[in-house]
Parts: sequence; C-alpha cells; structure tokens
Amino acid sequence: MDIIKTDNLVFEYVTTNEEGDVTDVNRALNNLNIDVQKGDFVAILGHNGSGKSTLAKALNAILLPTKGSVIIKGMDTRVEDNLWDIRQTAGMVFQNPDNQIIGTVVEEDVGFGPENLGVPTDEIWTRVEKSLKDVNMLDYRTSSPNKLSGGQKQRIAIAGIMAMQPECIILDEPTAMLDPNGRKEVIQTVHEINKTANVTVLLITHYMDEVIDADKVIVMYQGEIVMQGNPREIFSRVDELKSYRLDVPQVTELAYELKKAGLDLPDAVLTIDEFTDAMSKYLKG
Amino acid sequence: MAIKIENLNYVYSPKTAYEKVALDKVNIEINDGDFIGLIGHTGSGKSTLVQHLNGLLKATSGAIYYNGQNIYSEGYNFKELRSKVGLVFQYPEHQLFGTTIFEDVAFGPSNQGLSKAEIDERTRKALDMVGISEDLYESSPFEISGGQKRRVAIAGVLAMEPEVLVLDEPTAGLDPKGRDEILEQISKLHLENNMTIVLVSHSMEDVAKYANRIIVMNNGQVKFNDEPKAVFSHYKELEEIGLAAPAVTYIMDGLKNIGFDIDVSATTIEEAKKEILSYISRVQ
Repeated sequence: MDIIKTDNLVFEYVTTNEEGDVTDVNRALNNLNIDVQKGDFVAILGHNGSGKSTLAKALNAILLPTKGSVIIKGMDTRVEDNLWDIRQTAGMVFQNPDNQIIGTVVEEDVGFGPENLGVPTDEIWTRVEKSLKDVNMLDYRTSSPNKLSGGQKQRIAIAGIMAMQPECIILDEPTAMLDPNGRKEVIQTVHEINKTANVTVLLITHYMDEVIDADKVIVMYQGEIVMQGNPREIFSRVDELKSYRLDVPQVTELAYELKKAGLDLPDAVLTIDEFTDAMSKYLKG
Repeated sequence: MAIKIENLNYVYSPKTAYEKVALDKVNIEINDGDFIGLIGHTGSGKSTLVQHLNGLLKATSGAIYYNGQNIYSEGYNFKELRSKVGLVFQYPEHQLFGTTIFEDVAFGPSNQGLSKAEIDERTRKALDMVGISEDLYESSPFEISGGQKRRVAIAGVLAMEPEVLVLDEPTAGLDPKGRDEILEQISKLHLENNMTIVLVSHSMEDVAKYANRIIVMNNGQVKFNDEPKAVFSHYKELEEIGLAAPAVTYIMDGLKNIGFDIDVSATTIEEAKKEILSYISRVQ
C-alpha cells in the first residue's frame, strides 16, 4: 500500500484585505500526483518557492488541500479526526535545529513526543534510549542541547520524531544550516533509520549530492512535478535540471563536461568510483 | 593594507562557569582588494571573528588596525568604521523591515547625514549592483522570492558604500541557481568596484572558485591562511577538523590512485577538465 498518496493536489495561498476580500491567489501546488511506497527513500528537489515546503506541510496536515486530496496510510488529511494519527504516522523535521528543540536535557527533549501521546513512562524511556541509539547520540543523553553542534541537534530532532514511532519521516532541508560534517552525519543517520527501522523517508533538499542514494527523486518547478525517476535518470538530464534552477553533483558535472569535449563516457556518473572506472575504461578502449 | 588583526583574543562569559575562549591569538592581514574565503566547522570562531571586524564585539585583548589605525584606541570613530566595513549577517532577510524595497535599502544611508538626492542615488546604485530592477522598488520586501530578499538585504549594506564587505554564509538555504547568482554578484563587486570581500562559507566549492586566499579557523585559532590550492592540499587535516576539500580534489586524487600521472591541484571543474583533457592528449 502507498504510505503517501496525493491525488491532483492543489494548494493556494490566498491573501485577503482588511474587509476580507480576496486580493491575491498564489497557486503553490498545481495538480500533484505522488505515490510513495512504504520503506522508500524519496528525495524532493526544487528551487526556492517551487512548493517543496508547502507540499511537506500538506503531507502533515499543517496545510489542507484547496483541491484534490492527500492520503497518509489510508487516512485523508481533510478529516479532522485523523489529524493526530496522521502526524504520528508522518513526523516532520525542519531546517533550523534551534527552533525545534524544547528540552533542557537531550533525553527529556526526545521523550517529549511520546509523553504527549500518552505513552506509559517505562515505555517512554525505552523509546528514548532506542531512538538515541538509532541516531548515534546515546552518549549525549544527559547533555544540554545548547552545547551540541548543528548536526548533533538535528539528530536529536530526528530522535524526537523516532520516539513517536512514525512510519514515515519528512525532512524539510534538514542540512541547510549545517557544516560539511554535520550534513554528512544527518544524511547518514537518515539512511540508517530508513534501512534498519524501515522508516519511509521524504528528504527535501537543495544539495544534489545528498540525493544520489535515494530510491526515487522528484523534481518540482513552480508548483508542479517536472521530473521523476531514480537518481541516475534524473542526473543524466543536466541541462534540463539547470533550466529548473538546479544542478548536478560535481563529479556528474565534470563527466558531463568531458563528454561534451568529445570523450566517450557514460551518462550520469554519480560517484568518484564510477568516474575513475569510466576514465580507465575510456583510456583502455 | 585594509585590516590587520594582531594577537586577538576573545572570551565569552569570562570568569563564569560558561567561560569559553572563542578566539585564541588570531593574527590575520587582509589587503585591499582581497577576496578571502573564511571556513571552519560550526563553533570554530568564524562568526565571532567577523563581528570584530566592524567593532560589534570588542576583543578581550589584542588589536585590530583598520587602514593603519587601531580601532581600540581612544576616541576611535566606530560609526565611520561600520560604514566602511559592511557586515551581512546570516539570513539577512530576517532583518528586512521597510514597507517598500526602496525604503528598506535607503535606511542605512539616510542615517549617514546625506542629502535626499545622495540617498536616492546610493539606494538606486546599491539595488542595481545586486540586480534588483526598478519595477520592484515600490514592492514590499516581504512579497519577493527568498533569493531576491537576500539580495535586497545585501543592497541595504552596499548602500552605505563600504570598502570591505563581510558576508556570513550568504548562500545558506538558497537553491543552486540562487547560490550562483549571489556569488556572481559578489564577485562582480570585487572585480568591478575593487571591493575587499570576506566570505564566510561552508561550501568548499564556492571558496575554491572565488577566493584568492582561504583562512581556516579551528578552535578559535587560524589553522591555515594561504591560497586555495595550498590550503586544499592539506585535505586530510581539513577532514580531521570537520571540513573537506572541494569534490574535485577527491576526483583528481581518485584518478591519481588508479595510475593517472596528473597534477591533482585542481579545485574547480574548469581546472579539472583542462588537466584531464591535457593528460589524455599526452597519453594518446
């Protein structure tokens, strides 16, 4: 079964004046049809203002569709009674680590979610321990979140969501504010929980190199889905991606440039190993 | 010489349980016309350092000379320093407040005791420099795209006509095209207006492409201070302190490891392409 399904999803931001008359309508999502299977790792790319974050909020019932529907594990986001179950099924991690940590001690922060779900105390502690282990932060359980690096804070935020035992995690540019090491830590963590805990992941990002290990990539442009496929299919279309204000990983770009210069190289080289293989084959061939 | 930093120390919350040495005997010279890339992991002291450059933070000890004058000497004119050294914070668009874009950008110069005509001229010039066209002048700064907002915020600093422009991660959160646009604008200010630039960045690719010198901070100290190729040749040490080299460095290294006899110092795609093509024509 699809864990996330949108059917002709439309969302409009409507501006009204003081009298309540509509002065402006901005269609942020235009007829989106998305299917995500349980256990998938799906990446969403798109320029600033392409509708990525609006989509994330629509999936979590923070925003409700103007037209069409969003179904999370069979539950329609428009039905108010589903709200808590939807948010427990699909947890969200946001861009700024400092805006989503509320506890003064790491373990209390992680326990906040399950506590609000009415989970018994013993069970909360079991979950806190397991979630911190999942994100490789167990050693910091009694630390103050203030003393942690950005990457560590984001992993705590992820643990906080994991403690609610969601089936799906939506991450909205979780690495935008992090240094290279922090980015690596977070992306690795997300891949691990996807594999070991079988949590479905929806990763929204601007960094092309974070996408190459995804099962599926969705490219958005001006509120619409313009490309869908696996990373290799997506990154073989370099010029098209650039026309959507995006990019390709550096190694892909270099291979593409060399190919344009006349070298017979394969399309969409995604890793350094692939690149060196292709180069040595080229020289031997 | 524009800025000379001598034995600079800065301690947060001294003599308390939270005491933390953020800058530890920092010595740096920034010359007129430099384009400096300032890198370091979160908490390495980059942002603390740049806030000293225009006197927002006062050093615990040490000195900063701006055009030969110690800014900590008695009676030093900080107001003038702040108009000469423009500081663009992280997420500067959070500081937009004007009802129109024009008004927002004009705020800085209108506090510098200029005539209305001069204020207008500077505001137009600054908006032109960041590529904001006249038809947007009367729009609200809150109704434009993220990349545009950031450029308006940068224009607000440019309108003060600084000699040195310091930018703290100006491309964070922008899409790839938006990143390129902002960096191209900054590069243009450097090349065409000879502005001295200090760019704080987490992107090794960006500093490799634009900076003529890279300063690496670690634990409040200057770890490296050299031209990009020299700094990135230490990529193993950079990794140990939470950084990395540009992706291209790893690619060239990979080729060398499988027996390509190439120069591995390339840090940009352009350079790598040239070196690889020249290698191929040599061996074929």
